[in-house]
Amino acid sequence: MSKQPHIIVNNLTMAYGDFIIQQNLNFTVNEDDIFILMGGSGCGKSTLLRHLVGLKQPAKGTVFYRDTNFWQTNIQQRREIMRQNGILYQSGALWSSMTLAENISLPLAEYTDLTPAEIKELASLKLALVGLSGFEDYYPSEISGGMQKRAGLARAIALDPKILFFDEPSAGLDPISAKLLDDLILELRDSLGATIIMVTHELASIFAIGSNAVFLDTDSKTMIASGAPKTLLKECTDSTVQQFLTRGNTR
Amino acid sequence: MTKPPLKSNYKLVINNKDHIELQLSGDWVIGKLLPDLKNVVESLPDLHNSQPFSITGDMLGKWDSRLVSFILLLTEYLAKKNIKLNISTLPTGVQSLIQLATAVPLRKDAIKKHDSPSIVEQIGSKALDTFSEVEKFVNFMGETWLSFIRFFHGKARFRKQDFWLIVQQCGPEALPIITLISLLMGLILAFMGAIQLRLFGADIYVANLVAIGMSREMGAMMTAIIMAGRTGAAFAAKLGTMQVNEEIDAFKTMGIAAMDFLVLPRIFALILMMPILTLYSNVIGILGGLFVATGMMDISFVEYYLQTKQSITLVDWSTGIFKSTVYGLLIAVIGCMSGIQCGRNASAVGDATTQAVVRSIVIIIVTDAIFTLLFESMGI
Repeated sequence: MSKQPHIIVNNLTMAYGDFIIQQNLNFTVNEDDIFILMGGSGCGKSTLLRHLVGLKQPAKGTVFYRDTNFWQTNIQQRREIMRQNGILYQSGALWSSMTLAENISLPLAEYTDLTPAEIKELASLKLALVGLSGFEDYYPSEISGGMQKRAGLARAIALDPKILFFDEPSAGLDPISAKLLDDLILELRDSLGATIIMVTHELASIFAIGSNAVFLDTDSKTMIASGAPKTLLKECTDSTVQQFLTRGNTR
Repeated sequence: MTKPPLKSNYKLVINNKDHIELQLSGDWVIGKLLPDLKNVVESLPDLHNSQPFSITGDMLGKWDSRLVSFILLLTEYLAKKNIKLNISTLPTGVQSLIQLATAVPLRKDAIKKHDSPSIVEQIGSKALDTFSEVEKFVNFMGETWLSFIRFFHGKARFRKQDFWLIVQQCGPEALPIITLISLLMGLILAFMGAIQLRLFGADIYVANLVAIGMSREMGAMMTAIIMAGRTGAAFAAKLGTMQVNEEIDAFKTMGIAAMDFLVLPRIFALILMMPILTLYSNVIGILGGLFVATGMMDISFVEYYLQTKQSITLVDWSTGIFKSTVYGLLIAVIGCMSGIQCGRNASAVGDATTQAVVRSIVIIIVTDAIFTLLFESMGI
């Protein structure tokens, strides 16, 4: 099966006012990819993610979702596309005044015509998928950081999204939890058939699950490498990329 | 590939007398009307222990979590009857999702109990809460007092620039709103008085009414209420956010007392600015009265001025100023207390802010009532 492009980024420039963060970004995310956005701290990875999910409008260039130019379509179609995205924010971003079950139920109640009982079943299922069954009535403040991440993931997959975005999913987790989260992401990708786009610094994750990547550079304000992380490690000659991928131990 | 039927359905087949097979067909997705598990269960024949039971999806169209949820519930139901559901012919995606969902068993101890307490219990726990709130307040006042003592012994330190910044925030920056409210307060007092006093030709006494009303009561009270909403809330939000970000813990671990460093400058700033703002508010209120008197009634500027000058004494001004100092202390203490005792999540900051404003306003009015009675009995 040949891979279909899912998101195409063309000549994208990101800027806050006159301050350019990154420019001339060109890359394609294929279906079923686990696409990694890498780069040093402050190079604009999270900003790029915000552009991809439709939270920020690009200063220049286009973002295509399949055949649709995201910023050229009407609001309704844009919402339709955004609804098919599941996003896990850096700190979970669970709504703190709602229980975990309510957090997951809200999008379901908003976008489907399921009965409350069915929504409850689905919310329990999503929590079970991330290993949190029994925690339906807990508030986000009552559970640990790792559990909040997983609950955030449960909310992200509430509507069976086509694309899952992750903003540093394993930041702040111990190595074992991070590994379990990686496994969970892989399993969910395989069973839900979703495309995954991830911002991460975790080299272990990058090599373990990344199938494609771009590397953003702070100094030249553009992408300086793209490809599968393992190939990049072997073949990329750029010293910044090599240093990043080897934690500074350039061979 | 044949196109699967769109209607989601199931068919029960019993093979070789014993083997039950549930054949799924159509799309099992969100947005479709799906068969109810209850109906499925009801249509099952009498089951016996470890009866072979499988679920097949040769005719299955699209599927999503609805299908997984259905199968999980069925598995749970069958497990109670000691029957294992065979899902080995379903799409691998479904199988792995089910495996994932059952990988971590339900933590029974995690489930919260929903028991609604009786009315007696509710009243009791409310009363206990109130007591502990009062206790906390007294504790905080005590700590503030200790901090004061440390300060006058030269042991408590805070940064001067912090103090002046807070002074600016709760002094000059509050002037516009104090001007507006005080002016309107003076106008309202004069209007109300004018109509009544005109009845027996005592028009000129509107000056007394406004001057005494503003300087003894309304000036201090309105300033206090504005500052409770403006500055008290700001203190609570600021300290609450610092608590959430563990900034206060960072002070503590460096051996810096949060009371000295954060609370003291706020209390001093408000105690300093409240009397000044109240004085200003009194003057503006009297000015508002002047507008009504000269504009609506037959009173000249000079008449109004002389009458005002004659009617108020230093005692009237002093009671207002004294009260405002006490209000300033209360607002600052309550605002800081709500902030420092804030919980550790984002919504707690909102709660702390609300709490600060509500408590300050209640305490201001209660204190005002006490002061009025006290001054009355003392003949001031």
